[in-house]
Amino acid sequence: MINAFYQVMRRELLTAFRRIADVFNPLWFFIIVITLFPLGVGPEPQLLLRIAPGIIWVAALLASLLSLERLFKDDFSDGGLEQLMLSPYPLSLLVTAKIIAHWLLTGLPIILISPLIAVLLSLDFNTYWAVLFTLLIGTPILSFIGAIGVALTVGLRKGGVILSLIMLPLCIPVLIFSTMAIDAANFGQSYIGALAIMGAMLVTAITLAPFAVAASLRVSVS
Amino acid sequence: MLEAKSLSCVREDRLLFEGLSLKVKPGQIIQVEGPNGVGKTSLFRLLVGLMTPYHGQVLWQGVPISDDRETYQQNLLYLGHQSGVKPELSALENLRFYQKMFEPSYQGDLYSVLAQVGLAGLEDMPAAQLSAGQQRRVALARLWISTAPLWILDEPFTAIDKNGVKVLEQLFVKHAQDQGMILLTTHQDLNLPVADFSKLAMIKPSLEDMYVGVGAD
Repeated sequence: MINAFYQVMRRELLTAFRRIADVFNPLWFFIIVITLFPLGVGPEPQLLLRIAPGIIWVAALLASLLSLERLFKDDFSDGGLEQLMLSPYPLSLLVTAKIIAHWLLTGLPIILISPLIAVLLSLDFNTYWAVLFTLLIGTPILSFIGAIGVALTVGLRKGGVILSLIMLPLCIPVLIFSTMAIDAANFGQSYIGALAIMGAMLVTAITLAPFAVAASLRVSVS
Repeated sequence: MLEAKSLSCVREDRLLFEGLSLKVKPGQIIQVEGPNGVGKTSLFRLLVGLMTPYHGQVLWQGVPISDDRETYQQNLLYLGHQSGVKPELSALENLRFYQKMFEPSYQGDLYSVLAQVGLAGLEDMPAAQLSAGQQRRVALARLWISTAPLWILDEPFTAIDKNGVKVLEQLFVKHAQDQGMILLTTHQDLNLPVADFSKLAMIKPSLEDMYVGVGAD
């Protein structure tokens, strides 16, 4: 069973690396959206510091939305999804492997370039740590919640708009608590509480979302 | 033994077929025939459990497949219209993935399997660069390593040349002799010297039968 998990994840990563442009596009999008804000609202550090949490998180949300559609689309159209469903392993396990691979390809790069973001938005060191932690806990939640939306819309021809209508409202709690944590760090307060709530959301998402995704995929395929 | 009991299939309020029963016993090959749109693919998707029937049930060794999906899927190999071959990966990588997922205990050499389906020398080429027939062969290579007794193959010969069809026919005969079961659709005339080769002809329901009334059960 562990082997099946590993095989699916390996195949996901291998396919993605063969089409490396698809991995970088959401990342460029994220960087460009964030650089647009200092250009648009002016470069005053005080103002940027004030709106930084919102900018970072809205950009991360949109970037993950941009990349999510790919999660099941190719598998759906080339028949790979049917084969995964008919394999002797639980579908929820295999989709977990796919979602984690997806996070490694979209969430992790955003975290890796976050120091650059900190410089662009002139964040201080304490605030940067808060940004890093919220991204680390928050982006996997986006991937897991988004996967449910993708699973529901994968069979539709124009699923992209519906996907954002399903997914974005569900991501509001993540947005609220992550910006709360970054704001608290900004004012030098403790932000452990907000992080703990996000951690709880992550655990809930990891344990429940795979089952919802598997069930939605079965509906989409039939 | 695979058994279907009075299956009915409704798609978009349109009745494809109803009251369809069939039995597949070890050593048997059944070719499902019928005009386009009669519901051959839908029948197969019902049989493998990708779709749930409007009415009726599918049994594997006497147990409904929805009750014990895992056992059923260990004994099943299904190839649909889309073969599940990733264009970014090479023929060998594609085959190895399915071998590790479906036949983890297989010990043989995958290169020789690919040579058997006529892909010698093309093992490491991305599947996207292969022709349609060659891509199909990558998917069909799974049949050579499969230990599953039940094969359900939807149009396995699409884009396959005459020689390839012959090789596949031989494999089907061998599988039937090993007490395997095969259900397939094809529009080709098959030449299978198997004692238990039969055909299932599906016909279109008459027009008045085709539309399911609203509220009908």
